[in-house]
Amino acid sequence: MERARAGQAPGKVRSLMSTGTALGRARDAARGVAWFFKGVMGENAYAAYLEHHEASHCSEPPMTERQFWRDRTDRQDANPEGRCC
Amino acid sequence: MSEKHNGAHGHKGVLVTDPDLPPTAIDPAVADAEDRRWTPAKIAIWLGIALLGGIAWVMLAIVRGETVNAIWFVFAAVSTYLIAYRFYSKFIERKLLQPDDRRATPAEYKADGKDYVATDRRVLYGHHFAAIAGAGPLVGPVLAAQMGYLPGTLWIIVGVILAGAVQDYLVMFFSMRRGGRSLGQMAREELGVIGGTAALLATLTIMIIIVAILALVVVNALGESPWGVFSVSMTIPIALFMGVYLRFIRPGKVTEVSLIGFALLMLAIVAGGWIAETEWGVALFTLDRVTIAWGIIIYGFIAAVLPVWLLLAPRDYLSTFMKIGTIVLLAVAIIITRPEISVPAISEFAATGTGPVVPGPLFPFLFVTIACGALSGFHALISSGTTPKLIEKERQARFIGYGGMLMESFVAIMALVAALSIDRGIYFAMNTSAAATGGTVEGAVAFVNGLGLTGVNLAPEALTSLAGNVGEESIVSRTGGAPTLAVGIAQIMQGLFGGSGAMAFWYHFAIMFEALFILTAVDAGTRVARFMLQDSIGNFIPRFRDTSWRVGAWVCTAIMVAGWGAILIMGVTDPLGGINTLFPLFGIANQLLAAIALAVCMAICAKKGAFKYLWIPALPLAFAAVVTISASFLKIFSPVPAIGYWAQHNAFKDALAAGEESFGNAPTVEAMEKVVTNTFIQGTLSIVFVTLAIIVIITAILATIRAYRNGGGDETEDAPVPSRIYAPAGLIPTPPEKELEAKWNALGPVKRPARSGH
Repeated sequence: MERARAGQAPGKVRSLMSTGTALGRARDAARGVAWFFKGVMGENAYAAYLEHHEASHCSEPPMTERQFWRDRTDRQDANPEGRCC
Repeated sequence: MSEKHNGAHGHKGVLVTDPDLPPTAIDPAVADAEDRRWTPAKIAIWLGIALLGGIAWVMLAIVRGETVNAIWFVFAAVSTYLIAYRFYSKFIERKLLQPDDRRATPAEYKADGKDYVATDRRVLYGHHFAAIAGAGPLVGPVLAAQMGYLPGTLWIIVGVILAGAVQDYLVMFFSMRRGGRSLGQMAREELGVIGGTAALLATLTIMIIIVAILALVVVNALGESPWGVFSVSMTIPIALFMGVYLRFIRPGKVTEVSLIGFALLMLAIVAGGWIAETEWGVALFTLDRVTIAWGIIIYGFIAAVLPVWLLLAPRDYLSTFMKIGTIVLLAVAIIITRPEISVPAISEFAATGTGPVVPGPLFPFLFVTIACGALSGFHALISSGTTPKLIEKERQARFIGYGGMLMESFVAIMALVAALSIDRGIYFAMNTSAAATGGTVEGAVAFVNGLGLTGVNLAPEALTSLAGNVGEESIVSRTGGAPTLAVGIAQIMQGLFGGSGAMAFWYHFAIMFEALFILTAVDAGTRVARFMLQDSIGNFIPRFRDTSWRVGAWVCTAIMVAGWGAILIMGVTDPLGGINTLFPLFGIANQLLAAIALAVCMAICAKKGAFKYLWIPALPLAFAAVVTISASFLKIFSPVPAIGYWAQHNAFKDALAAGEESFGNAPTVEAMEKVVTNTFIQGTLSIVFVTLAIIVIITAILATIRAYRNGGGDETEDAPVPSRIYAPAGLIPTPPEKELEAKWNALGPVKRPARSGH
């Protein structure tokens, strides 16, 4: 079963599930909004990392979710991102 | 299939894409044909947009009724943005930048799943917008409203399409072609050691002044406001809780924790109202401005040395959450309530330059008062570095870079509308410094009515009843822009939710989100500046380069905090008012950074050999340079004490020498001495900024001339790598893009190539 790519719109999943009814469309729209919002907040970062890890055929096991988020904030310690005025 | 287009992209045929995959780019001929295919429906839509925009501009600029409806601002802005985006940014793309989707972006060829991640364009748009938009576009337009509504509106809209969005787009594109290099690195590479060092020094000092003045805005909003102090302080424990939650309890549940944080934040705002009504609450949380300033300085230091996960990251989530929510809410509210605006199109102060909010005539001071929203140099720091590492396809840079800045400009327009919807008398009572109003209702009424503005007759009851409605002791001389905007937002929002009883909530809600944006910028700015300083000192003492070395980190943080802290304290205790003397420095600094960024872009374009279209960066560069250099020169050389720092400096010095005990707005000898010191620092900073910026601009012009003589220059782009992924360029895919996307989707997960570079 294909998982929607983390960095990508849930378009493919949508096309499989969409029944074309008004309810189905509303559900798709809600899912789209949730996907967008999580993306902007950065929640998809771990999924994107896993996808990258899988695609790069790396032999080492990927970091667990907990390890990943720790690593992420610890790297931000050394590489601060600016925030604008 | 794609090989035959190699030449058409202008790349020497080095890019050979995988023949087993669908094309990684739309055939340029097809894309061109699509752009030039004008169906009747398309023509009708664009005619409609142009017509609506035209009518809106006529309503704003020519029809002079008693009032003008706010909806015209929205129509004028949105139609102009759409036309500029569709035609001008496309022109820049086609003629100057020539993106090539067959080239992999850094997010693809450097993919690491962490910093370099190909991100969906729509998500990245939101992400980039959240990074560039903060309190800046909310504050500047409010202060510029003293000149009337038209100058600010024109500059925000025309400025963004010809300057601000161009800068963001160019910097983003050039950084993307260079593996996500920062502006400082590009400046060094393109302009050499002198230009590069001057750019670095300018960036560092500019960051100090920007952080200081943003902090000053917060201090002014919270001074003598127990409600505000309580609810804004509560953001610290809320952020700490969120940090611990994300680290130890439920890692990665960002949306969930943001929702919890948001709920707690709302509770903090409501609770602030309860506390401000108790005696102990008032006693505990009524703080004078100097105390609050010290609080922010200490907080800034601690926040910059604490681990990111504990305070900075969760605060950033909260800030992003609020940003998106509030801006959508405000847009909806303005469209539904459509307030009538009775401010004149161009006020008396535009020409005379004697406005009490920020001194100086329209040219050049309008263009430095409104920086963010029209042209913001600070964006160059975000558009290089962070965002380019996440762009999936080259052609998306137009949507994210140019389009992202248009959205910020729209935020500035909404802030302007909110400020304009306030009664003019109240606007001036709030924004005139306490040095002129005495900080009392009587003083403010006397001062405002003494300004002789047509149609302005301020009654004391208007000030006291508004203060009561928003839950504050007084609203006189709440300078800095944030309280004015909060009153404007409260007036608009109460029309939609809750009625006048909810004004106090909305006022403090607005103060809260502005404070949240600013404190996030203060934390992040201090941290970024600290790393820049460590890197610079590292040239002489290599140990400082090691950013995990505690002593170095603490020393550099302390230096940075001391830098902005000193300016903050100076602004808070300034006998002449603070914001009105310092804000021009903020705008000048920000625009000088823009001039530096545009100068670097111009040099890059020249080295590419794109002389025919060099005017695209050169035009906004010339404008920014003329504006900021003339504003700086006025600040340095103007004989008018209200405008020139040195004129003020000398006037007070002479008065002291003459043995006078009070002078101008300074009632004591001590205050006079303070003015002498403050103006000395402000004047010196002006000289430093303008000198550094002139050095950078001259080195860029020299690099451009050299490139012209040689017919181009060294290639500083990373070597092209063929792409193995595809995604559409804009928000809505065109029919050929949809077709190609379908081909890629049909590949299935097995055949779809790895999105990584190693």
